[in-house]
Amino acid sequence: MGLFVLRRLGVMLLTAIALTFVVFYLTNLQPNLEKLARTEGSVRMTEEAVQDWIAQNGHSGSVFMRYGQWLGVVPGWTYTDEKGQMRGRCFEIGQDAAAAPNYCGLLQGNWGYSTFFKTPVMDSLGEKLAATGWLMLAVMLVMVPTSLLLGVLSGMREGSATDRTLSTFSIASTATPEYVSGVVLVALFATAATGLSPILAEYGLIEPKKTLFLASATSAMDDITFWNFALPVMTIALYGIGYIARMTRASMTEVMTQQYIRTARLKGVPFQTVVMRHALRNALIAPFTVIMLQFPWLLNGVVIVESLFNYKGFGWTLVQAASNNDIPLLLACSVVAVVVVLLTQLISDIGYVFLNPRIRLA
Amino acid sequence: MDQLTWTGSAGTLLLPVFEIAVLALVLSLVAKLVFVLAGLDAPSLPGPDGTTTARSPGLLASLGIRYSFFAALAAMVCTLAAGAVMPSPVEAGILGAMAVRFWPVWLALAATFILSIRFRRRLGLYGKLFDSTVGMIGFAIVMFWVFTAIFADVIITQDPFAQLSGLKNKVPGIAAPESPYGWYLLGGDHLARDVFSRMVMGAREVLKIAPAATLFAFMVGITLGLPAGYFGGKLDTFISFLANLVLAFPVILLFYLLVTPEIRDTGIPIVLAALLFLFPIIFFSVLWNSRYYTNPPQRNLYVGITLVLGLWAYSGLAFNMDPLGVWSMEPNMLNVFVSVVFVNSPGVFRIVRGLVMDLKARDYVAAGQTRGEGPWYIMLWEILPNARGPLIVDFCLRIGYTTILLGTLGFFGLGVSPDSPDWGSTIDDGRKLLNLFPHPALAPALALMSLVLGLNLLADGLREESLKD
Repeated sequence: MGLFVLRRLGVMLLTAIALTFVVFYLTNLQPNLEKLARTEGSVRMTEEAVQDWIAQNGHSGSVFMRYGQWLGVVPGWTYTDEKGQMRGRCFEIGQDAAAAPNYCGLLQGNWGYSTFFKTPVMDSLGEKLAATGWLMLAVMLVMVPTSLLLGVLSGMREGSATDRTLSTFSIASTATPEYVSGVVLVALFATAATGLSPILAEYGLIEPKKTLFLASATSAMDDITFWNFALPVMTIALYGIGYIARMTRASMTEVMTQQYIRTARLKGVPFQTVVMRHALRNALIAPFTVIMLQFPWLLNGVVIVESLFNYKGFGWTLVQAASNNDIPLLLACSVVAVVVVLLTQLISDIGYVFLNPRIRLA
Repeated sequence: MDQLTWTGSAGTLLLPVFEIAVLALVLSLVAKLVFVLAGLDAPSLPGPDGTTTARSPGLLASLGIRYSFFAALAAMVCTLAAGAVMPSPVEAGILGAMAVRFWPVWLALAATFILSIRFRRRLGLYGKLFDSTVGMIGFAIVMFWVFTAIFADVIITQDPFAQLSGLKNKVPGIAAPESPYGWYLLGGDHLARDVFSRMVMGAREVLKIAPAATLFAFMVGITLGLPAGYFGGKLDTFISFLANLVLAFPVILLFYLLVTPEIRDTGIPIVLAALLFLFPIIFFSVLWNSRYYTNPPQRNLYVGITLVLGLWAYSGLAFNMDPLGVWSMEPNMLNVFVSVVFVNSPGVFRIVRGLVMDLKARDYVAAGQTRGEGPWYIMLWEILPNARGPLIVDFCLRIGYTTILLGTLGFFGLGVSPDSPDWGSTIDDGRKLLNLFPHPALAPALALMSLVLGLNLLADGLREESLKD
C-alpha cells in the first residue's frame, strides 16, 4: 500500500511538473509577451522598445531557465540599466540587490505579482478560492444525496416505470451543460419578463418587479442567502446529478442481481430492508470513485457558472487572468487546478482500495 | 401586421387542455415519488385472502403519469398540426408557423423512418435501433437537427446576419415589415437579428464541426490505443502517461491557452494539426496494407488511393496549401477544430486500449496468431471489428460531448468569428441581458440541449440493442 501511494505520488509530481511547464510555455509565448509589454509599458511602443522591455523584465532567454526561475530552482534574473540601477525578480526597484534572496519562485512561496489585479497573486487567489470553496460545498451537499437517491431508486427495480422515468431525467440532465441550464433556470426563475416570477407576482405571492431568485450571485460574496445562491448551485449540480445517478443505477442493478439479495428475498426479508441493509452499502462503492472524479468537471462548471452569475471566485479569476494575459495569475490558477485534479485522482484510487476489500495492492 | 401569439387560434381551445395535462403530470409525478419513498410501489396489494385484489397507489400514480403525459403530448401535436394547416402565421401562431417552416425536415424524417422501419431486418445494428423506443426517439431528434442543417437555407425566414431597425431585443412573434417573411418568429437579438434564423443556421455550424472533430479524435485514439493495448510494455506506459497528462488538464484552461488569436502567430495550431491530421492517413494505410500485403497490386492500389487522397486533403487542411484549392479551413476554424480533437483523443485512446486489453485474450486472436497473421492484421481486422459495439455507442456520446465543448468555446467567445450564428456564441451574446430579455439565449440553449439529449438517447438505444446480440 505504502509503495503504491509513493509511486502514485511520484507520477503525480511528474505530471504536475509537465503540466505546469506546458502552461508556462503557452503563456510565455512571444506574442503573449509582446502583448504584455504593450499593456504594461505603452500601446505605442516601437518594435525595438517592446523587445527591450521583454529583455529588461526577465522575459528573455531560454524558456527552461525562466520556468526554473518561476519554480524557484534557478536564481532569479537581475538586470542593470544604463544608470546602474538594478532590478530583478527577487526585489523591487530601489531595494538592495545584495540583500535579496537568490531564489524566489513557487518553492520559496513567491507566486508572483498579478498584473491585472495589481496585488500579489497569493492574496487575490486565496480570497477567491475561499469563495469557490463555499460554492463547491453547496454543490456537493445538493448533488451527492440527490444523485445517490435517484440512482438507488431507479436501480432497485430495473426496467420499472420509476426506473425509466428517472433514467430519462438523468439522461436529460447529462445532456444539459451548465451554460444551457443556467440560461434556462434564469429564464424560469430569475427574470421579471418570463417564467414563474410574473405569474407569482400576479397572484401576489411575491412583490411585483421582484423575481423568485437572483440572476447574479455577486452579493453572495459577502452574504450567502438562498435567494442569491440557489441558481448557481443548482446549475452546477444539475449537470453532475445525472452522471452520478446513472453510475449509481448501474452499480445498484448489478448488486440487485447478486445471489445474496435473492437469498435475503427468499428468506422473507421485506424489500425495503433488503435494499437498505443488503444492497445499499455494496452499491455505493463505485459511485464514490465517480464522485471524486467529478471534481475536475466541477472545476469546468465553476468557471462557466461564475462568469454567468458574476460570482467572483476561482473560475471568474481564471477567466479574467486568461483574457487579460495576466501570466503569473494564470500560472497560479493552473497550479491550483492541476493539484485539485491530481489529488482527487489519488484519493479516489486509495479510497477505492479501502472501500473494496476484494482489491489488494502489492 | 399583428404580433403573433404562441399558439394561434387553435391555442384558445387546446392551450387549457395542455395546461391541465401538464398540471396532472406534475401532480402524478410528485405522488409517484412519495409512494415510492413510502414503499407503496409494489405492483399490487395483497387482499385479505392472500390474492391480489387492489392496485397499489404507486401503480395508479404511474397510470396517471402515463395518461397525462400522452394527453399533453397529444395537445401539443394537435396545436402544431392545426397550425401547420392554417393559411397564415397569424392563425397558426408562433409554434404552428415554425412547424410550417420546418416542412422539408418533416418530409425527410418521414421518408427516413418509413424506409428504415420497412427494411429494418436487413440493416444490421441500424435496423435493430428501430426496435427500441428510446433509440428511435433519440434518432428522430438527431436526424431532425441533421436535416435542419441540410435544409437550413429553405427553413430560415431571412438572412441570419441582416439587422432590421427597431427590432432590437423584441419579443417572439413580433411583426417585421422589412423582413421578407413578415415576422420575427422567435424575436430579435441584441443586434436586431432574427433569433429563429440564427438558431437554424447555428445547427449547420455545429453539425459541420462536431461529427468531423469526433471522427478525427477516434482516428487518433484508435491508431494509438490499438498498439498500446495490444503490445503493452514501455510503449503503453509512455502513451498512457501522455494521455493522462492531457486528461488531467482542466478543459477550459486548455481552451484559453490554445484558442487565442495570439497563438495563431506562433504556428502551434498548425503543428498540432500537422500531427493530428496525419493519423487518419496512417490508419487507413496500415489498414489496407495489413490486409492486402500478400497481393501487392491490390495493396498498392488501395494504399496509393489512400495516400493520394489523404495527402491532398492533408496539405489543404493542415497547411492551407492545397494546389487545387478544394480543401481549406479558415485559421479560426482550424484552431477550434484542432483543440477539440486534441481534448477528445485521450478519452478515445483510453476506451480503445481497455477494449483491446480485454479482447486480446480471446480465442480468435490466438487463432490469428497461430495462423501467423501480423500484429496489425489482428488489431485492425480481428479485434477492432469486435470492439465496434462499445465504440459506436461512445461515438454517439462523444459527438454530444463535442457539441457541448464547442458551445463552451462559443460561450467564452473563443475561436469562432464574433457574429457566427453557432449556438455557443449566440448564448454568449444573449447572456449579457439575460434577466431582461431571455429569449435570444433561450432558443439556442434549448436547441443545443435537444441535440445532445437526442445523441445520448440514441447512444442508450444502441447500447441496449448491441447488448442483445
